[in-house]
Amino acid sequence: MYTIFKKEIAAFLSSLIAYIAIVIFLIVLGLFVWVFPDTSVLNYGFSTLDSLFNIAPWVFMFLIPAITMRSFSEENKTGTIELLTTRPITDIQIILGKYFAGLVLVFFAILPTLIYYFSIYQLGSVKGNIDSGAVIGSYIGLLFLGACFVAVGIFCSAMSDNQIVAFIIAVFLCFIAYSGFESFSQLDLFGRVDDFVAKLGISNHYLSISRGIMDSRDVIYFMSFIILFILGTKTKLASRKW
Amino acid sequence: MSVIVNQLTKVYGTQIAVNHISFTAEPGKIVGFLGPNGAGKSTTMKMITGFIPPSDGTASVCGFDINTHSMDVRKCLGYLPENNPLYLDMYVKEFLAFVAGLQQLNNVESRIKEMIEQTGLEREQYKKISQLSKGYRQRVGLAQAMLHDPKVLILDEPTTGLDPNQLVEIRKLIKQLGKEKTVILSTHIMQEVEAVCDQVVIINKGLIVANDETKNLQAAALQQVTYVVEFDQVIQKQDLLKIEGVIAAQGLADKSWVLQTNTLVDVRKNIFDFAVKNNLVLLSIQKEEEKLEDIFRKLTAN
Repeated sequence: MYTIFKKEIAAFLSSLIAYIAIVIFLIVLGLFVWVFPDTSVLNYGFSTLDSLFNIAPWVFMFLIPAITMRSFSEENKTGTIELLTTRPITDIQIILGKYFAGLVLVFFAILPTLIYYFSIYQLGSVKGNIDSGAVIGSYIGLLFLGACFVAVGIFCSAMSDNQIVAFIIAVFLCFIAYSGFESFSQLDLFGRVDDFVAKLGISNHYLSISRGIMDSRDVIYFMSFIILFILGTKTKLASRKW
Repeated sequence: MSVIVNQLTKVYGTQIAVNHISFTAEPGKIVGFLGPNGAGKSTTMKMITGFIPPSDGTASVCGFDINTHSMDVRKCLGYLPENNPLYLDMYVKEFLAFVAGLQQLNNVESRIKEMIEQTGLEREQYKKISQLSKGYRQRVGLAQAMLHDPKVLILDEPTTGLDPNQLVEIRKLIKQLGKEKTVILSTHIMQEVEAVCDQVVIINKGLIVANDETKNLQAAALQQVTYVVEFDQVIQKQDLLKIEGVIAAQGLADKSWVLQTNTLVDVRKNIFDFAVKNNLVLLSIQKEEEKLEDIFRKLTAN
């Protein structure tokens, strides 16, 4: 698994994908948090990072599928998947190697935003006047959200030999998973189960964790979501055997 | 016995790609796996290497069953897939190190060095795979298949797209490997079989139509010799059939005939005697031996 992980990281670094993804992520967030007047912390006047955590999922929705779209579709298209699957490693090791490589990239994209936290910490009218608990919770939530999107992206990449198709489907699934369920639950048709429908979506759990409360239900939700898509990928990989 | 294929079958929907085939390959021998396109060669190889599972039947590699001990099989088997897929954006050494990692090798550096020497990649070893020509990519493909020093090598069309010089070199390499390892290679180039293979398995529409040593097949081919003869005058077919050893005659033009024989006796002397006796002038006589290629065509024609 480590061999695959190492290879994927090397591929990210040598193909510029990693740098571009991280730089774009930081630029977009920087613009929203510090420059655009509608969402800028400086205009808002309160020392919170809310704008960062509201925008980040939407940026991830596009960036993570872009990072993961090639992971399996390229292997399938060029036939190198045959090199991997005839080696003494299991399918799940291949998937996890690729998954963790994507996750590490997401982690390093989020890491520099800690600078924003320290800036606001310093800028507070009383220094340090920021709800640190909520920020830590939000970061954990954002990591979980990224982990979910990577799982979706890897799954979609395994579904199609075409990277563009994999990308589009992944963006769509991320969108539905993140905010679709929440919006659907507002339809009249669900009646009393609307709360349940809303809880199927990521945004519900993301918000809950951002408040700074680690609820085991949220953690279990995120873990199940990730495992579901990884097993889906494994099933798709195994389908060559049907 | 290194590779034992037993009643191996693959069914895609209603189409039977490989139909209960059985053969064995022994160490120190190179087995040529022949067949027209779509005969089931690659499918069989993919099943032996564990890329796809068989619908029925089994095979064992180094004593391990492919259905139950897939991981052990993969450790003692080297595989060069059809079309030689490689990671083009990797460097040669980086790629080999990656493969070494997948095979969980310990002596990575020394093995890579050895492989680069053996496959003649010294001058190209610091290049990216995408910069290499087809022949050198093929060598990288062979290097990755042999890196973990497997007892069994399965090569799916290892010489496609090589120029004549590279062809000779790669064949020499395979021949050398075949001295101690079990090598199964698929091809549809007959000269290649005659040049490198000790044993030939011919497959057509998923069925084995011939399985014998190359020299036996060649001997069988030699039993059928045809002669193209040309005389100065028009002659009758009945007269030609009187020649000892000639079983059939077919007119090409007025004065030239194709004579088919079935014995190992050289009938040229008889033809000459026939000409003298009938006061004919023998203008030309040309011996045409049947080759493996003709056997292949005969066995795999519809």
